[in-house]
Amino acid sequence: MIRLDNVTYGYGATELLSGISVHLQPGSFHFLTGPSGSGKTTLLRLCYSDLTPTSGQVTLFERDAKTLSRDDVARMRRRIGVVHQDCQFLDHLPIAENVALPLATAGRRDEASDLAELLAWVGLSDRAQALPPELSGGERQRAALARAVIMSPDVLIADEPTGNVDWEMSLRLLNLLVELNKMGKTILIATHDLNLIRAAKAQVSARVLRIRDRQIQLAGADL
Amino acid sequence: MSRHSVPALLRANSQADRVVPPSGFTARLTVFSAGAMAFLAVFAMALSFATGRLADRWSQELARTATVRISAPEGQLAAQTAAVLAVLETTPGVAAARALDEAEERALLEPWFGPDLPLDALPIPQLVEIIESAEGFDAEGLRLRLQAEAPGAVLDDHTRWREPLVGAAERIRMLGLLAITLIAATTAAMVSLAANSALAANGQVIRVLRLVGARDSYIARAFVRRFTLRALAGATAGTLLGAIAIALIPKAQTADGFLTGLGFQGAEWLWLLILPPAAATAAFFATRLAAFRSLRKLS
Ligand SMILES: Nc1ncnc2c1ncn2[C@@H]1O[C@H](COP(=O)(O)OP(=O)(O)OP(=O)(O)O)[C@@H](O)[C@H]1O
Ligand SMILES: [Mg+2]
Repeated sequence: MIRLDNVTYGYGATELLSGISVHLQPGSFHFLTGPSGSGKTTLLRLCYSDLTPTSGQVTLFERDAKTLSRDDVARMRRRIGVVHQDCQFLDHLPIAENVALPLATAGRRDEASDLAELLAWVGLSDRAQALPPELSGGERQRAALARAVIMSPDVLIADEPTGNVDWEMSLRLLNLLVELNKMGKTILIATHDLNLIRAAKAQVSARVLRIRDRQIQLAGADL
Repeated sequence: MSRHSVPALLRANSQADRVVPPSGFTARLTVFSAGAMAFLAVFAMALSFATGRLADRWSQELARTATVRISAPEGQLAAQTAAVLAVLETTPGVAAARALDEAEERALLEPWFGPDLPLDALPIPQLVEIIESAEGFDAEGLRLRLQAEAPGAVLDDHTRWREPLVGAAERIRMLGLLAITLIAATTAAMVSLAANSALAANGQVIRVLRLVGARDSYIARAFVRRFTLRALAGATAGTLLGAIAIALIPKAQTADGFLTGLGFQGAEWLWLLILPPAAATAAFFATRLAAFRSLRKLS
């Protein structure tokens, strides 16, 4: 699905990530962890072609990311749902329209019938007409998750999806993600929360990738 | 391209419209600019039509007639006049030729010299009036033949003093058309600036749309549609006001008055109908260009 081969990236002259190789198999469940500022968000952005690697190759759905046109990238992003760390909404539109935005931009507005169901799934039915700035942090993250899955993507990438919520809500969000994984979606979650990883490991066979010293390591049983 | 043509844009697509937050000030400035430019274009058009009409009238009225002026010593005048008339009779393109009699010549001179002109005492040249046929005659050829037959005869076919007048009118008309072109270019430039400012102000909106998988054409359409409609609305109002202003110019009786001739006649008014769609088209392409250029800079 998503494959990074010997990828190096740096925002300026200094390398943030070097020689990274990761392969996300269809249906797999990965966690990405590491200290703040180690490059988790950066790595995720490489995975949905928001950033282009300095060197190395990113392969998305069997295609070299370098060969994708701008429209190809747009189409590809409909197959990869993303929950961004800072959520990224259109602040002048109500939550319901924000969640349905991927459908609207893809010209598939007629499929918005599942919208109410989806909002109920993330517990936002009564906040559907609120504007994004009027929501709590946790509500925003749940709305972002709903938007990420509305196109029923093959891959779901979530950047700190439980960063702003209490433990109970974290578990609820985790359950949503596990449910999606059981439906066959490939999941990649960046998080600091080791308890969340432990809770997930009890339900699915999740692998844990850790960024350390600009490299990626497969974390063992030490969790 | 067809999905992004002007008529396709005018069909409602409220969702694509709503993804970009409304921007009151740029919107009003765009409408105002398009209106002002259309207003000016109405006057430039009126100028072009008025000078065009003037040039046509001058060339038509003067082209039909010519004059031969014969100055010769007393004794030869009659003989040369007869020779000139004989030449004219056999010249193709001359419908009629007639020597003016004394009374007619007196009438021509009266405005300048008064009624008591002693015509007999002055060496007044004999004038021969020529009426051209529709195809006209070859002035150079006629001039050479006259020279041979009647040395005192001079052909005055009016082209010499008609041409600069018609030339000046044509030049003014060209300037009017140039003004219209400049107005169109300025409209496009102003819409570009407004569109660029809107694109810059909505950087976050564009980023979110890209992240959720919107293609450039979808994002551009939201902006293009807006600016096209604003230019259309502004230009319609401007054209209407310009037309009213032209219609209200007081009409004087003199047919040749250049200032009072400024305006549109009959079907010429219909040309005003192209101004609003022309402004909309200029805005469409200007915004599209600006949108795709700024989108390509983003990831
Ligand atoms: N757009 C950018 N331009 C320059 N530097 C950046 C940019 N984005 C991130 N960085 C830097 O790159 C480093 C890694 O950032 P990144 O966001 O990937 O970290 P992270 O692991 O996600 O951290 P966190 O856990 O706090 O979210 C940080 O030092 C950050 O300051
Ligand atoms: Mg981060």
